[in-house]
Amino acid sequence: QSRYNLQSPVTGVAAQIYDMHTLMLLICLVIFIAVFGVMFWAVFKHRKSQGAVAANFHENTSVEIAWTVIPVFILLGMAWPATKTVLEMKDTRDPDITIKATGYQWKWGYDYLQGEGQGIRLVSNLSTPRTQMDGQAAKGEHYLIEVDKPVVVPVGKKIRVLTTASDVIHSWWVPAFGVKQDAIPGFIRDAWFRADKEGIYRGNCAELCGRDHGYMPIEVHVVSPQAYSQWVAEQQAAMAAAAGDSTREWALAELVERGEKVFAANCVACHQADGKGLPPAFPPLDGAAIVRGDPKAQIDVVLKGRPGTPMAAFGALLSDADIAAVITYTRNTWSNKTGEAIQPSQIAAAKGN
Amino acid sequence: MTHTFDKYFVPEPSTYPIFGSLALLLFGGGAAMWLNGVAAGPWLFFLGIAVLVYMLFGWFGQVVRESEGGKYGKKVDRSFRWSMGWFIFSEVMFFAAFFGALFYARVLSVPWLATGDTAELLWQGFAGGWPTAGPDKPDPFTPMEAWGIPAINTLILLTSGATLTWAHHSLVKEKRGQLKLGLLITILLGLLFLSLQIYEYRHAYAELNLRLDTGIYGSTFYLLTGFHGLHVTVGAIMLTVMLFRALAGHFRPDSHFGFEAAAWYWHFVDVVWLMLFVVVYLL
Amino acid sequence: MAAVMPDHLHDAHHGPTGLMRWITTTNHKDIGTMYLIFSFIMFLSGGVMALTIRAELFQPGLQVVQPEFFNQLTTMHGLVMVFGAIMPAFVGFANWQIPLMIGASDMAFARMNNWSFWLLPVAAVLLIGSFFVPGGATAAGWTLYAPLSVQMGMGMDMAIFAIHIMGVSSIMGAINIVVTILNMRAPGMTMMKMPLFCWTWLITAYLLIAVMPVLAGAVTMVLTDRHFGTSFFSAAGGGDPVMYQHIFWFFGHPEVYIMILPAFGIVSQIIPTFARKPLFGYASMVYATSSIAILSFSVWAHHMFTTGMPAVGQLFFMYATMLIAVPTGVKVFNWIATMWRGSLTFETPMLWAVGFIFVFTMGGFTGLICAIAPIDIQVQDTYYVVAHFHYVLVAGSLFALFAGAYYWLPKWTGHMPDERIGKLHFWCSIVFFNITFFPMHFLGLAGMPRRIPDYALQFADFNMMASIGAFGFGLSQLIFLVAVVKCVRGGEKAAARSWEGAEGLEWTVPSPAPHHTFEEAPVFK
Ligand code: HEA
Ligand code: HEA
Ligand code: CUA
Ligand SMILES: [Cu+2]
Repeated sequence: QSRYNLQSPVTGVAAQIYDMHTLMLLICLVIFIAVFGVMFWAVFKHRKSQGAVAANFHENTSVEIAWTVIPVFILLGMAWPATKTVLEMKDTRDPDITIKATGYQWKWGYDYLQGEGQGIRLVSNLSTPRTQMDGQAAKGEHYLIEVDKPVVVPVGKKIRVLTTASDVIHSWWVPAFGVKQDAIPGFIRDAWFRADKEGIYRGNCAELCGRDHGYMPIEVHVVSPQAYSQWVAEQQAAMAAAAGDSTREWALAELVERGEKVFAANCVACHQADGKGLPPAFPPLDGAAIVRGDPKAQIDVVLKGRPGTPMAAFGALLSDADIAAVITYTRNTWSNKTGEAIQPSQIAAAKGN
Repeated sequence: MTHTFDKYFVPEPSTYPIFGSLALLLFGGGAAMWLNGVAAGPWLFFLGIAVLVYMLFGWFGQVVRESEGGKYGKKVDRSFRWSMGWFIFSEVMFFAAFFGALFYARVLSVPWLATGDTAELLWQGFAGGWPTAGPDKPDPFTPMEAWGIPAINTLILLTSGATLTWAHHSLVKEKRGQLKLGLLITILLGLLFLSLQIYEYRHAYAELNLRLDTGIYGSTFYLLTGFHGLHVTVGAIMLTVMLFRALAGHFRPDSHFGFEAAAWYWHFVDVVWLMLFVVVYLL
Repeated sequence: MAAVMPDHLHDAHHGPTGLMRWITTTNHKDIGTMYLIFSFIMFLSGGVMALTIRAELFQPGLQVVQPEFFNQLTTMHGLVMVFGAIMPAFVGFANWQIPLMIGASDMAFARMNNWSFWLLPVAAVLLIGSFFVPGGATAAGWTLYAPLSVQMGMGMDMAIFAIHIMGVSSIMGAINIVVTILNMRAPGMTMMKMPLFCWTWLITAYLLIAVMPVLAGAVTMVLTDRHFGTSFFSAAGGGDPVMYQHIFWFFGHPEVYIMILPAFGIVSQIIPTFARKPLFGYASMVYATSSIAILSFSVWAHHMFTTGMPAVGQLFFMYATMLIAVPTGVKVFNWIATMWRGSLTFETPMLWAVGFIFVFTMGGFTGLICAIAPIDIQVQDTYYVVAHFHYVLVAGSLFALFAGAYYWLPKWTGHMPDERIGKLHFWCSIVFFNITFFPMHFLGLAGMPRRIPDYALQFADFNMMASIGAFGFGLSQLIFLVAVVKCVRGGEKAAARSWEGAEGLEWTVPSPAPHHTFEEAPVFK
């Protein structure tokens, strides 16, 4: 990986971009040297201290036409390859696999919509622990560009990425693929890539999206078709198990235990581990009326979010079991001691109406 | 130098500008507080408006005195003309932003919301089309009908443009009585326009369920017509000042730029309305 | 007060004194001075924010500030520098110089001129004051993209009103400048004989009048989306977040030329003076400036290549953007042709001007690279863009401002600026500038996003370098303060024509320029 240049490309488009950039750089460099060669010649030779006497010319039509027209041709030369690449990047037809990437404050959700693995759903969170950021632990090799659940795709297949967002604009960016596509709430935009090489490729959210904009990385694992099929099978088995979770009856302690993990992955950034929040932008949960009162109101906020604030709608993001668990957790920790267990079935019921 | 130079008038130091700045500080700060529920907000806001009104009256009063006192030569008059023209251009650009938003929503974003993956994955069942309050289960509403009050209002404004021109011609021909009458009629027509517009808004809220939060249709409808209404109000105030000046015997056939500036403004407001009528109501 | 004031104004002694003189003044020189001082204070404030940003980015990890506050700093740094430092500084130059250069007794509307200025401190109070309200300042980036800006707290509303007020100030200031130039030129000064600085400002003022209202409209829509339930930028109600970007950049791109055209004007005054040779290609300079201004209205969406525009849109905006290189190139070539076979000397203003051409062109080239849509897909919202725009804004606009300040200081103060200090300022600035911002190109290419308080480990060393450079650059700016204070206090007496090769009406009046100049219009030949 160069530290001075674009990351090594692993898709055809990224390779074209890489070469185009090199070409542009060279052209600009040549012009730069030519133009400033002339200037520095004047700076050194046409100095008063060198006895230079000022000439008095102040226009020359043919020279002026030349330096207007020649740049136009240079620009045409630059525009040609760029146009071809633009058209290629925009051609998202006939993908092998389609994945929807949804930006949330501050994580990415992925839905495999079409092709092998259809139906898989995962949420990808930053996995770097807080202690590394605060300097209490040594920083790992992939500090800030590692996630708990990466996107997995097979090598050599055309992958179409649909982007959208649930709250504000995010941007799905993997430099090695030459893909950066804004994720706009309420709209679907698309991009595509076909990775030629297996490996792990990392990127970041590339549109300011609020406080933890710097903490929503993207990690894509490009694997062999066999490994991909295996991964798909694993995911599907895990999803079947999770479906069972959402229908059975849970014990309070079980919910609290699971809720703590869900809280740590989804809520802690704003509401803080001690439940005190960061008022006024991020309200406390510890002692909050909504957490201690009628659970219906709390379920409603967690499911639908609070429009106009960073409080996201988790209804589509987490399973019913997870939501039930995290709500139970908040109602039974810190100084909140309601003793209530909120069951996944209650969440399902709330979603129903 | 032998030629006599028409010296350009440079006003003496003045305290009006600093009052103007103070007014806007109170106005902006007060509004920000008010919107966020700080109790002092509305007080500061209205205080700001009061200071602004004081400043405007004082300042323009002084300009009028200077003008009537003959301090402004030909050149100053030309400056006023240029500046009023450019000011109106800036207003045109302000409206352009809102017209642009309307255009963008109707021609681009609403169709996008109703087609392709966006519609399929996010807004199933959204048909698009205009008018619309958007795909997210809006309350039903009735769009504004063009051939009722809006058409009457168009006639009113067009007529007011004519009466104002009549007043102007009378001024030039030194028919003072007709000047005053023309101005008065113009102002009354402006007020009539505003009253009808208020009536229309109430009707929209009460019967059509067409509100500011009725999606993009409500947003563009109220902001475009609302800002236009605000400009009619300002124009009417300007004309009222001109009426009082006419009553006080101001303006001569060859020098009455204050009047002309107000007239230019009024015509500009007229033209904006015509565009509004076509784009917001008719199409 | 009006009653007791004598009508003739020859006598400055009759005006108010002390603080009231500055608050009530209608004199273009006083107002120009206030603009310049104000903008320098804003530059220091914005600079302190930049240094805090750089301190946080010195190493990976969170050390100095928390992410939320970091975003506030980035946002406010951008807003303060653009609207507080660079734009008012150019207006200050316009106030001082345009009447002197065209032989006018003052600005066309001297009283409104005062208001244009005094609105700025008010806007600054609202803007900077927003740091201290609950929730802090807006943290949505200086571009205030919806719907993030819809989420913000009270600080956002204050920023919106501050922008409205600055817009009013800019529009009045611009109208004043246009009218002054069109209407108050001395007899004999035809448009095509006017100093180039006046031309560039005329065109800049036109841009201001055209786009500031559009910005006002954009932030007004944000305000109503925030508080009154409108849906301009919300898809659920049929609006579109990207619509905000279209409206914003319709303002925003011309805005960047608002910040560079007067710089071109300043440099076009300085180069001929120290080359002792008339400006090469005056007419083509005028046409190039106009072309840049006209083209600037059709390129805005080059900031939006990653929003997913249709291919035709991308291509159109790419081609239009690339075209701007042509007139800008014409300017660069004209400056160099002016120097060619001149009799060059390198006093401080000339050093800055030559430094400007050199470093600005680098920024222009990176701009062109950004304009290539596929490449921009990679570098958009990375430090490559941060590098690009600091090359054109700091090494462009700011360097030109310094060039102009050293050039006209003798006219303003009556003393020559200290060459040793001025040159030291220049060399420190240009070296530290490049240490700060050159590595950002590498960071951006290698994949470091902008507007992040913390970054992956492979970006550590260049960030450290940039941070060190930034502190060096910041300290170097204190040299400017020393140079100016020294020049005001004393120094070599400046002649009316303070520089050997200087041409133009402003050099026919004594140095320092008397409080009132050209009350009788000069005849320009
Ligand atoms: C003074 C301010 C200024 C100036 C003058 C410019 C000048 C240019 N800018 Fe820049 N720009 C900004 C300020 C400025 N910019 C800012 C602030 C941003 C970021 C905003 C934000 O997101 O926060 C930005 C961002 C920006 C982007 C978006 C990047 C992104 O976010 O992805 C693009 C893309 O096209 C761009 C392009 C250009 C171009 C083509 C020019 C051209 O005008 C440059 C022309 C000059 C030259 C090319 C050099 C001289 C020419 C020659 C010597 C002739 C021969 C040359 C050739 C034929 C090649 N700019
Ligand atoms: C308009 C002009 C302008 C100017 C002059 C500057 C000047 C500087 N800027 Fe920039 N900057 C912008 C406009 C400008 N900037 C814009 C528009 C953005 C985008 C914002 C956004 O993303 O929304 C930006 C963003 C931006 C970033 C990216 C932040 C991010 O993405 O999170 C950085 C990071 O390094 C940066 C750094 C600097 C530095 C180091 C300077 C230096 O040149 C500043 C030097 C000045 C001083 C330092 C002050 C003077 C000295 C003192 C007060 C004495 C004290 C000094 C010491 C103790 C050393 N700026
Ligand atoms: Cu999500 Cu930045
Ligand atoms: Cu631009």
